[in-house]
Amino acid sequence: MNGLPVRKMRKAMGKYWPWFLFAVVVALWAYSLLHADFDFGRKAGENLGSFLVEMASVLPPMFLLVGLFEIWVPRKVIERYAGLRSGMRAVPWMILLATVQAGPLYVAFPVAIGLWRKGCAPRNVFIYLGAFSAMKIPMLTFEVAFLGWQFSLARTLISVPVFVALAVVMERLLPGNFRPPALKEPSNGGDGLGSSSLEEGNF
Amino acid sequence: MISLWIITGVVLLVSLAADRRKTQAAVFKGLKMFVGVIPILLGVLAAVSLVLTAVTPRMLERILSGTGLLPFFSALGVGSIALIPGFIAYPLAALLRQNGASVPVLAAFITSLMMVGVLTLPLEARYFGWRAALLRNGLALCGAVVVAGGMAWVLQ
Repeated sequence: MNGLPVRKMRKAMGKYWPWFLFAVVVALWAYSLLHADFDFGRKAGENLGSFLVEMASVLPPMFLLVGLFEIWVPRKVIERYAGLRSGMRAVPWMILLATVQAGPLYVAFPVAIGLWRKGCAPRNVFIYLGAFSAMKIPMLTFEVAFLGWQFSLARTLISVPVFVALAVVMERLLPGNFRPPALKEPSNGGDGLGSSSLEEGNF
Repeated sequence: MISLWIITGVVLLVSLAADRRKTQAAVFKGLKMFVGVIPILLGVLAAVSLVLTAVTPRMLERILSGTGLLPFFSALGVGSIALIPGFIAYPLAALLRQNGASVPVLAAFITSLMMVGVLTLPLEARYFGWRAALLRNGLALCGAVVVAGGMAWVLQ
């Protein structure tokens, strides 16, 4: 008798943990409004606020661009420049695509999935993610200003071969028939990204 | 950020001029993907802001200053877990350097911060699956060690 509600609760947690966490931060922030000396709540609220602003200023146009990309860009083009037989020629294209972007790494995930869906080789998808995390131009200007160009230059030059090598290893380690879950859903239909593996009780 | 909106606007207008129906489909598709990740994104961002509030810059200063292996691995750990925006991370790194943090420690911190995201794993797993997300983060952590080691070799 006791097992069922517990399992139900765990299942609900697996599904609703994002809302729960969000509510916790909002509650902490609201509490800090009542008690001025509750610094933790105020700061947590402010942090969340700045993240939400960042998200709202980058993600909507990014998703629109991904949507337009999926509709307009022919699969042939991506296959030719970044497909399975593109070899190392794809590297500069992936880096160019990544460096002109801005924002945290999670912005790059939908773009990466869009590329994958258009026939971009897994290796090149991971090169894109590597370049995005290591050498976005807006980030580099910040880095040069605070840590100096020697630091920036050395870090960038060392990072390139490292993330290219990691992407190749990544492709080898994934099974040959690997498809990301976000790709398996029909591209028109379902609820966007559909059900996630989270609902299988990883939390 | 503004340039991103402008570029998107221009592309959208061009697309509208070329084909209204296709544009509608594209916008619908993009918005649907956006709405689909909003819940998990809110959760991840809430978790990140809690961690960022609990860990103060002064704590990081104390953990990451000095030389030796302990600050190096602490830098990797903190960098992997946290998701600190650039406008906070770089001033912090400059401060750490003033207080005597070594180049490898700074490189480990910055590189793991950018390449590894433990707190964003649920989000990454939603796109790539847990297996690929964990694999990418594990490899990226190794990569951060290699980059930091290379930095130490080049700059010292």
